[in-house]
Amino acid sequence: MKAMSRCLTVFAALLLAGCAQTGLRGTGDLGVVIERASGRVAIVDTTAKSIIASVHGLGDLSHASVVFSRDGRYAYVFGRDGGLSKVDLLLARIDKRVMQAGNSIGGAISQDGRLVVAQNYEPGGIKVFDADTLELLSEVPAQSKVVGLADLPGQRFAYALFDKGEIWVSDLSNPREPKTQKFPAGQQPYDGLVTPDGRHYMAGLFGEDGIALLDTWKPELGARKILEHYGKGQEKLPVFKMPHLRGWAVAGGKAYLPAIGRHEVLLVDTTSWKEAGRIKVKGQPVFVMARPDGRQVWVNFAFPDNGWVQVIDTLTGEIVQTLQPGKAILHMEFTPRGEQVWLSARDDNLVSIYDTRSFARLATLQAESPSGIFFTARAARTGF
Amino acid sequence: MIAATAHAAEPDGARQRELVRLVRQDCGSCHGMTLKGGLGLPLTAEALRDKPFDGLVATVVYGRPGTAMPPWKTIISESEAEWIVRRLMQGFPEEAR
Repeated sequence: MKAMSRCLTVFAALLLAGCAQTGLRGTGDLGVVIERASGRVAIVDTTAKSIIASVHGLGDLSHASVVFSRDGRYAYVFGRDGGLSKVDLLLARIDKRVMQAGNSIGGAISQDGRLVVAQNYEPGGIKVFDADTLELLSEVPAQSKVVGLADLPGQRFAYALFDKGEIWVSDLSNPREPKTQKFPAGQQPYDGLVTPDGRHYMAGLFGEDGIALLDTWKPELGARKILEHYGKGQEKLPVFKMPHLRGWAVAGGKAYLPAIGRHEVLLVDTTSWKEAGRIKVKGQPVFVMARPDGRQVWVNFAFPDNGWVQVIDTLTGEIVQTLQPGKAILHMEFTPRGEQVWLSARDDNLVSIYDTRSFARLATLQAESPSGIFFTARAARTGF
Repeated sequence: MIAATAHAAEPDGARQRELVRLVRQDCGSCHGMTLKGGLGLPLTAEALRDKPFDGLVATVVYGRPGTAMPPWKTIISESEAEWIVRRLMQGFPEEAR
């Protein structure tokens, strides 16, 4: 007993020593959860399954997205109001913050981690910042809302213009002098994604059935349309929330994409780029995301079906699980190797953590109107 | 005064709270939670000031073909749409916290 209590004392002393050395930990199992109504992010630890700190004062986060510095220490938070904040995950504080636009939708970080690029609705276009200082280096005005910004290898960024129906690729090798190529894409691109290898950029079209596809290794061929006429002239179901393509689902040689105005996930073969099937789901898909190993694809839905989540087994192409993790499931994020998925339930003020193999709920965390969940493993992935 | 003072029965208090949440959170996916606009146009009182009331109600109920605005008629009634538009034109209430 005596030995035991001495042991505990030593252990407690070690713990205290550990706490005193605040800088000494990695960030590989950290992430942030956007608390959209409070202008705040929660810093989370996916190993401890807990919230370890909160950072306030990030402005209007009603639509917010996050990219990470390549050392995994800083989260760049893009707010709806045009705020761009560089949040230090280790010190749990805002390192730098600028107001860069009137109405913003997200951003991306360059291959070498030196440039952060914001995509804006008002004024429409992209802006290029030094990732370290947040100094504005250049901008590409677009006279259109910009959607689907994605980083490509070679300091390039691809994005789509909602109002102009074009895909633009800007080369920022010289970040003060962007060189931009423009490609006709189709009606009302609503979001875009780049394949995991950084080669193909896809923009989903809202104004017509189909996806615009640009092979960035052969830009001279221009953008072409795939999955054309998937609705076959049928009347569209109402879309109460735009799907998001960021957070690609490419698994087993197929891309899994949300249909627009149809309660289906569309499959496309990533070699031939022909339709490879479709899977009926519970509602209008919003996020269609592959577990990192590609064996499962998780799908959440637009209002009014946003209390459901379905899981597709990519081997059989069938839905293997239908979950009700909470009210208004806005986002999902996998741990780096996919053993857990974190889901935000906005109207329950909860983040739920599920085991992706057993589908058991492992833990729930309190958060105020949680929306996006972003883990630092994104730092190492093209298109995230 | 807006033409629609002679309107059908207002939604009750509980339903009004649901509608406020619906507008802030779900209309907010496109129009922004602060209603200052996003993919959709701003819905602030100032932005709507010169717009015709009936046209706005019709947009909510039937949507705007050719744009991303869906018809909300399966979710809310016409009189609820009128209540929402009236409140939007006055400056929309915040959600009770």
